[in-house]
Amino acid sequence: MKASAFTLQRVRHLNADTVELTLSGDTSDIRAPGQFVNIALPGFFLRRPVSVCDWSDGTLTLLLRLAGAGTRQLAATPPGTALDVLSGLGNGFTPPGVPPERVILAGGGIGIAPLYGLAKALSRQGIRPVAALGFRDRAGLFYVDEFRAVCDTVLIATQDGSSGVRGQITDLLQQNVSRTYVYCCGPLPMLRAVYALPHLRGGQYSFEARMGCGFGACMGCSMPFRDGWRRICKDGPVFTREEIIWEN
Amino acid sequence: MGELNKTPDLSVTLAGVRLKNPVIPASGTFGYGREYAEFYDLNLLGAFAWKGTTAQPRDGNPPPRIAEAPAGMLNAIGLQNPGIDAVIREEVPRIARTFQGPVIANVGGFTVEEYAENCRKLEDVEQCAILEINISCPNVHAGGRNFGTDPKAAAEVTAAVRRVTRKPVFMKLTPNVADITEIARACADAGADGLCLINTLLGMRVDLNTRRPVLANRTGGLSGPAVFPVAVRMVWDVYEAVRLPIIGCGGVSRAEDVAEMMLAGASAVEIGAANLRDPYLCKRIVEALPDLCGRLGVERISDLTGAAHEQEANI
Ligand SMILES: Cc1cc2nc3c(=O)[nH]c(=O)nc-3n(C[C@H](O)[C@H](O)[C@H](O)COP(=O)(O)OP(=O)(O)OC[C@H]3O[C@@H](n4cnc5c(N)ncnc54)[C@H](O)[C@@H]3O)c2cc1C
Ligand SMILES: Cc1cc2nc3c(=O)[nH]c(=O)nc-3n(C[C@H](O)[C@H](O)[C@H](O)COP(=O)(O)O)c2cc1C
Ligand code: FES
Repeated sequence: MKASAFTLQRVRHLNADTVELTLSGDTSDIRAPGQFVNIALPGFFLRRPVSVCDWSDGTLTLLLRLAGAGTRQLAATPPGTALDVLSGLGNGFTPPGVPPERVILAGGGIGIAPLYGLAKALSRQGIRPVAALGFRDRAGLFYVDEFRAVCDTVLIATQDGSSGVRGQITDLLQQNVSRTYVYCCGPLPMLRAVYALPHLRGGQYSFEARMGCGFGACMGCSMPFRDGWRRICKDGPVFTREEIIWEN
Repeated sequence: MGELNKTPDLSVTLAGVRLKNPVIPASGTFGYGREYAEFYDLNLLGAFAWKGTTAQPRDGNPPPRIAEAPAGMLNAIGLQNPGIDAVIREEVPRIARTFQGPVIANVGGFTVEEYAENCRKLEDVEQCAILEINISCPNVHAGGRNFGTDPKAAAEVTAAVRRVTRKPVFMKLTPNVADITEIARACADAGADGLCLINTLLGMRVDLNTRRPVLANRTGGLSGPAVFPVAVRMVWDVYEAVRLPIIGCGGVSRAEDVAEMMLAGASAVEIGAANLRDPYLCKRIVEALPDLCGRLGVERISDLTGAAHEQEANI
């Protein structure tokens, strides 16, 4: 982990409230998909944590949902602007340790961002994964083609049925019960609903928390896990099914 | 002025403890040092204050614990820490590997006896050069007893700690009182060797969409640049009220703030929330101090301490 000067190269609008940011800079601290960066914004005291969506030597791709004033300001930043970024934060996803045909990626909304980097990493190892992506409606879809390029199958669910299956991510997972190992990222209620599915045997879940530092120093992001309170930013954001203490 | 070519002397002393410079990361924003050792060599610091440590391990408050504020932040951590025994057993040896300077042991407690017992356990930990007694955390509720807002209770804790240690005792004061000098005097009279001020200001945010407080604890402590003028004013007042060394704390985010805090009366300066935004900040500030001393025309940075008061008296 370190502070790096990145330069914003491009802001591509994917839909009404989602943009893809392309940054150039030193990505050498990024070791695994599922890690995140923490971006300082002029006029805001706290940095904004954003998952690594994709990276290569010198290029970092982020997907950003315009949530509030900070993310809106970031998306409106002119290309060419230098950004103060803490890079390579958190643990990231690890290999599944089960046969590829058991694995499924499950992302809700902006939670699909780190799963793209994961899908790409898996496909590079010769595993073309199945991805289940959940969106609000057809207009809210983004990055589906990008996922298709690195996945074997991309399943879509929308709440209103305007694209793919009408329903939730959990409906997609239940239609694929042979896939018992899930990589999951999305809002907390979605993580909980997925975790509660009876056919799942293992998996890795990426958590969100309000952060003070993002590098493990302030205890601002702690949540309870099986072996005690853990920092989402440093011990996570990815936790295995075995570490989670939700009741089923 | 401004043309000194000698390297300025950045060292300061706090109740007999010499620091190579006045820059000290503040308790709760620096853990036990480990995370920052990944960013820079901790040995460039004057000292560091570790996370508030209590007798028992504590999980702290439910999430969310952090909220943003204009030019600052609110926290409601609730003193999450591994407990004094684990800290002495595990963290102290680890600290010694990355930092060889003096450590300020921030001690929390819920009863007078607990404070004293924690300090007694630290007596043989050589690297802990100063005990900083946190009687001011706004995020934990000590069964109705608030040591930092009642002069009698503050004096009781001070005296109890004083009895069990030979190390310098610095009482860390809360700004959430009508008159901070009253608490400062009570601590001084009860045997404190120094004071550290300020802890966070009690605050709160409400979410427009959920119509609920942002923090699960409802309230939290405000810190960061927003509180700097409040801290300067309180350091000023306490400097006039008691003859004890003061560690100034609150809102410091650049070398100039360190100098300003010292002019108001601080002998050394703690930096908290600003480290969370910029983990390299203390390093940058230490590196900026020689130039700043040159600009201010001081050969010894310690000459700044309280200097604003003298000038006022001369008018
Ligand atoms: C590990 C991690 C990875 C993330 N990855 C992404 C990503 O890839 N793409 C993306 O668009 N968003 C991501 N988020 C969420 C993103 O950090 C928030 O949407 C963003 O901080 C909101 O800032 P704002 O100023 O627009 O909103 P505001 O609501 O005005 O923010 C106010 C404060 O709350 C914090 N906050 C608000 N919502 C969240 C949230 N959901 N999680 C954490 N802090 C929050 C902000 O950081 C800020 O301190 C991630 C969060 C975490 C913790
Ligand atoms: C996240 C966080 C945790 C803190 N934890 C402690 C603590 O455990 N003990 C303590 O005495 N002060 C604690 N403080 C208070 C700071 O040490 C400092 O007094 C206060 O934040 C004001 O300084 P600042 O504006 O530079 O942050 C904490 C502050 C923050 C932001
Ligand atoms: S945000 Fe500071 S420890 Fe995680």
